[in-house]
Amino acid sequence: MKLTAPQTAAPIVDPGRERATAPARRGRGPHTSAWWALLFVGPTFAGLAVFYLYPTVRTIWISLNDMGPFGRPTFVGLDNYAKLFADDVFVTALRNTFVYSLIVLLGIPIATVIAALLNTPGLRGRGVYRTLFFLPVVTLPAVVALVWRLIYNGDYGILNQALGYLGIRGTSWVTNPHTALVAISVVGIWMGLGTNIVILLAGLQSIPDSAFEAAKIDGAGPVRTFISITVPLLSPSIFIVSVIGIIGSLQVFDIIYLMLGNDQNPVKPEVRSVVYTFYQFGFGRNQYGYAAAIGLALMVIVLALTAVQFWLQKKWVHYE
Amino acid sequence: MSEALSGSAAVHRPGRGNGRPWLRHWAIHLVLIVGSAFMVFPFVWEFLTAFKTYGGSVLVPPQWIPDPWTWNFGAVFDSIPLGQMALNSVIITLARTLGQVILCTMAGYGFARLNFPLRGPLFLVFLSVLMVPSQLFLLPQFEILRSLGLLNSLEGIVLPGLFSAFGTFLMRQFFMSMPLELEEAARLDGANPWQVFWRVMLPLAKPGIVALAVFTALWSWNDLLWPLIIVSDADKQPLSVGISLLASDPHNQTNYPVLMAAALLAMLPMLVTFIVLQRQFIAGIAFTGSKG
Repeated sequence: MKLTAPQTAAPIVDPGRERATAPARRGRGPHTSAWWALLFVGPTFAGLAVFYLYPTVRTIWISLNDMGPFGRPTFVGLDNYAKLFADDVFVTALRNTFVYSLIVLLGIPIATVIAALLNTPGLRGRGVYRTLFFLPVVTLPAVVALVWRLIYNGDYGILNQALGYLGIRGTSWVTNPHTALVAISVVGIWMGLGTNIVILLAGLQSIPDSAFEAAKIDGAGPVRTFISITVPLLSPSIFIVSVIGIIGSLQVFDIIYLMLGNDQNPVKPEVRSVVYTFYQFGFGRNQYGYAAAIGLALMVIVLALTAVQFWLQKKWVHYE
Repeated sequence: MSEALSGSAAVHRPGRGNGRPWLRHWAIHLVLIVGSAFMVFPFVWEFLTAFKTYGGSVLVPPQWIPDPWTWNFGAVFDSIPLGQMALNSVIITLARTLGQVILCTMAGYGFARLNFPLRGPLFLVFLSVLMVPSQLFLLPQFEILRSLGLLNSLEGIVLPGLFSAFGTFLMRQFFMSMPLELEEAARLDGANPWQVFWRVMLPLAKPGIVALAVFTALWSWNDLLWPLIIVSDADKQPLSVGISLLASDPHNQTNYPVLMAAALLAMLPMLVTFIVLQRQFIAGIAFTGSKG
């Protein structure tokens, strides 16, 4: 290790560049590492090219055509896109997706408070709590949906029975068009809490204790400390959790599909998400072109909202 | 506000660490216990319902303890090939996880440490794949697998998921953060890039690999949309799809004891894995969050 210092007298701009010249200096001949790169990167690159890059381009092409699963494509230009915003099915799905995402975002403040509580110095049982909050993350969405459908059941669900004790008359939560989306979004929060808490807790543990002690010396109470110290210093982690959360919830499919069930739930058309409609047009009705346009519209929305978040982060995220 | 209470309690007990820590933080524990109850109750209810009779599951007011305790697991196996589905899920998850760990670790190392033509532009191409929502790949992936004759097969479910731009990015970030000196010595001893990677870097890359493996395993285990699209036979389906099919079977639609019995069995493999490898799971997710 000590030998490297004299050899790298020239300023190293790029670690890779230094690597390439080092063997040459040792008299092995000027073989570039292109062959090695092919070995290391080649397989993944080939796989990504076939299964991800080509499909992206192909989907753009499909979206410009009127196309079924086997039939010949007819080029229709931007017709599929023009249809989108006049289509009640898509507009409703878009609205539902936004509502779901907004509600699921509420999980982040909840996760932040829980993570801050778990980070209390000397707290007993931290690992146990963390495990319990993490359980839904390792549970199949299909199982989560079944269990919550039982809880939400209108006739004998435990939720309505509990509400009954408080004198509140419940409803059939996932088949009532007024409540279905909110009820499903609550499950969305419940499922995501564990991941958020674990990421935020890791962020909290990298904040030096001195910051909290300083606040204590200044006489700040726990609530004040949380608002003025914890949240600002944790903001990079909160930002990551929000970006991941929004990207994920804009693409929501599983939990809505599963909670509505394959049976004839009357609220299906009213609660579908964008990806759900994509699935329906693409694989249910075989309208490939229109489905592809839905997918691309979603991509533009995801990218735009992610860009907005990165732009907004300057205003609230504190980097050391 | 509840925190304020515990804070003032702490003031009365100078010298943290002594006294009774459970008592010192009683308000925090109260909040966390209520929170945990919300997380755990659905699972408790699932467990209890799985052992009830149908009649017992629809009672108002609710029956808390199953009476009589009923064995509903036989009925599960009568309606779906649950054992086969579990095996499918395990095969799919292991294959994808192993594949991604090998391929992404290699590619990540290549981008982090090897110098080769077009490295920058190629990496940008990888990054651009990360930006695309995964649904966009589905239609053409379906077409490709159809032309390969892999629809309705486990290989078909596994294949696209062997490759990951995210995994490559994660491992590249990991290797970039490791000090160069570690490799210098090996290279000066005449090791080629593969030997450096295999003997020196791979053993040190364990935290990154664990993170990637946990992330891939969870994603693969839970993955619903892709298997739903390409597989139609029940005995080729993973649990993620199979359980949802059970619920759409008219005989079982509201037979919650049977559904909960199936749900209980279906969550068991991943739950046991999680409990055994808890530290790795938590560290893996935290790591993914910090790099992703």
